Order: sequence, then C-alpha cells, then structure tokens
Amino acid sequence: MSEATYPDDLRYHDQHDWARLEGEEHAVFGITWYAQDSLGEVVFFDPPEVGATIDKDASYAEVESVKAVSEVIAPMSGEVVEVNDALQDTPEKINEDPYGEGWLVKVRLSAPGEAEALLEAPEYRKLLER
Amino acid sequence: MPVQYEGIREEHSAVRRHAGMFDVSHMGEVEVEGPGALAFLQRVLSNDVARLEIGGAQYSCLCQEDGGVLDDLFSYRLGGDRYLIVTNAANHGSDLAWLGRWSRGFDVIVRDVADRYAMLAVQGPHARAVLGRTLGIELPSRMRIDHVRVGHRAALVCGTGYTGEDGVELLLDPEVAPPIWAELRDAGVVPCGLGARDTLRIEVCFPLHGNELTPQRNPIEAGLGWCCAEPTGFLGAEAVARARAEGTPERLAPFLIEGDGIPRDGNPVLGGEEEEEVGTVTSGTYSPSLERGAGMAYVRAGLAEPGTELEIDVRGKRRAARVGSKPLYRRS
Repeated sequence: MSEATYPDDLRYHDQHDWARLEGEEHAVFGITWYAQDSLGEVVFFDPPEVGATIDKDASYAEVESVKAVSEVIAPMSGEVVEVNDALQDTPEKINEDPYGEGWLVKVRLSAPGEAEALLEAPEYRKLLER
Repeated sequence: MPVQYEGIREEHSAVRRHAGMFDVSHMGEVEVEGPGALAFLQRVLSNDVARLEIGGAQYSCLCQEDGGVLDDLFSYRLGGDRYLIVTNAANHGSDLAWLGRWSRGFDVIVRDVADRYAMLAVQGPHARAVLGRTLGIELPSRMRIDHVRVGHRAALVCGTGYTGEDGVELLLDPEVAPPIWAELRDAGVVPCGLGARDTLRIEVCFPLHGNELTPQRNPIEAGLGWCCAEPTGFLGAEAVARARAEGTPERLAPFLIEGDGIPRDGNPVLGGEEEEEVGTVTSGTYSPSLERGAGMAYVRAGLAEPGTELEIDVRGKRRAARVGSKPLYRRS
C-alpha cells in the first residue's frame, strides 16, 4: 500500500496500533499504515493464542520483516477470541491491506472504557507529523 | 548505502534472477608495492600469495599471532610487484596500522588509496551482459581483475562479489561513479541496499567480519581453512595449524529453521542430548529465496555436521532448526 491512510472509523494507539470497535464488547486490532511502512515487507506474524489475555500498552504479538522484528502493542485489554490465521501464509497482507485483510486479532474487551483514551484519526495523524 | 531502496525482497530477487547493484564505496583499498611486496603479503595474509598471478584475485584472512581474524579480504595482483587489497570499512584504519607495523623490514610501500576509488558491485545472472553492453568493456572471468576505461577514466573491474551470483565489482574514479550508477539503473540494473546484501550473503554462507569473523575466532573454526596456507609461515600460521590438527571446541554451522520463526544475531542455540545451550547465532535472517529462517551459528564442534537437529531460542520461543551444508542456497 503506497498511500498513507488512517481511516476515521478506527481508534489509534500512539504505538502505531489501531482498534476497530465492534459492538460494546469486541474489537479488532491491527497495526497502522505508518507501522507497516516503517517495518518494511512483513514476512512473519507470530500471533498470541486464542484465549490469551492481553493488556493495554503491553506487547501481545510480533511482526517481522526481513530485517527486523517488532512487538505489537495492545491498544486495549481483553481476551483473544480470534486470530487472523490467513496471515500465516500471507503475512504480506499486513503491508498490502493493514486495515482490512491485514487485521491481526479479535478481542473480547475487559475494559471497553479504555477506548476513551485512544486517539481519533486526526489526532493520530497530528502525532505522526510531529 | 541505505538498508533498502524499494524493498529487501525485491532487491534480493533482482540479484538472484536478473541483475542488481550495490554501492560498496565504503570498502577500503590499500595498495602494496615494491620488490618486497610478495614476501610481505606472504607474511601477513593467510593464503599462498605466491600462487596469485598477475591479474588474479585471491581471498585471505588477515590474522593476528594467535590466529584471531582481524579482517577477511580480497587481494588482487595488479602488476609484478603491485597488489591491491580491499578491506572492510570498519577495519580499514586498523588494517592499515597493522600492515604498516608488519611492513617494517620489507622493501615495500603500503599506501592508503581508499579515497581514490568508488566501488560498485554489479551482481546477478544478467549482470555481465548488461554491464558489458552498457559500458562497452570486456569483463574478466571469475577471480580475475582487468584494467579498463570507464567514463574516460582508468578503472578496475574484478570478477568477484558477495552474493553467490555471477557478476563483477567495479573500482571507479569517485567522480564517474554517480553517472555510471545512473546509466546502469537506466539499463535495468536494480539498486540494492545493505539489507539484500546481508540476506544474499547469508544464503550462500559468506562470513561477515564482526559477525562470523572476529579477533577471538580463528579461520579454522569459521570454516575458512581452505584459504590458509600454513607452510608459508604467515602471522598466525602456528595457531591455525594447531587448530587444524587438534580441532576447535566450536565450529561455524549454517542452519535452516524447520518451521516458523526468524533467527536473529545473538539468539542462543540449544542442542545435544541435554538440550542445553550449545552455541550462538552470529547471523540470522529470513531467507527470501528459501522462504524461511536461515543463518549461521557457532556451535559445539560435534553438532556442526549437516543434518544435526538444533533448536534456536528466538526471544524465548524454541524454533526447530537443522544444520545445512554450504551454501544453503544453490542456484537451480
């Protein structure tokens, strides 16, 4: 994906992760356009296990490019209910479609209120400009 | 040289399938000239320099007295008593000091000529064809060096490289390097960065000084016994002969990851019956050609045989690996 995009329907964490809220209790997580662009071509996604508990601001998975490994920070807390298994064979989806087919995990939120502290797209864009 | 221009994978596969070029102008050059040049180089370089013909290239280690590897380098014989040595950038200064120190007593001049050359490595199955056509020059065969004219200036072209592919390295006047680079790019040669240089050399198990080669390692444990001619009495020859005869506690082993996981420099290696720590990864990466984790590691000598099962501790996760044979990647 060559063009930087930050969709308005997502919430952003300053460590370059996004959350898409689904109903009251669930959210899908991924990494932002900026994160995948800095990392370069992703060749491996090391996911958490389904059922794992993840904590806001802590690492819950790893993505690796040819050159480097990067920890993925959870934008919110909860329990992993689904992992994007397709990424095992096509990790490059994280580069090609970071907000769509490149999603990482689906989480049952333990503290949906944490969404309040996340950034809106314009705020996140401003953060990147600094 | 940047880590990448367009992307490591693209650049890597350009070199494996077509032609790529690397700006390796950071490499250092040292000229050694004089009636004592052969005797001097025979003293400091591990290979048998007497076998180097005019226009020939040779790979050597520069060893200290205890056999530790100060640098690994190519020497080229430019004329009867005139040699050119290409050093690793990080070691250029210390190599020069070392060569200067040991040149005393030899009728020889050791000259730092790093400022005189820019260096472009043009590598890949089509590299020679594109280069010959673009520059209109005859190219030397593998392990040979020729004097040519490029951009109306004297230049050297060497049949060497660091990718496991056919190709050449050009030593150019720094002023003509940018236009030549642009001309080659327009001819379809893909600019490649440090990232691809690393993945390419790891796939073919070429050691990198600072990773596989250090002053704490001798050429034998690094698998470089083939470029050591102890009968010449080079500095470190006794230590190297001892290591060759008695074996070394550790050996450098190339390996492939069996499933998921990408090994990285410094990862511990586990193995043996007790599954204890038996070594350390010196270079690890994702291999774009083999599409899995690959690398090199120093491991307990008995565990360096091809086929040996090991585990690599990648940040707390044990990843199954198997010792391979050199090179890990072979052109099909």
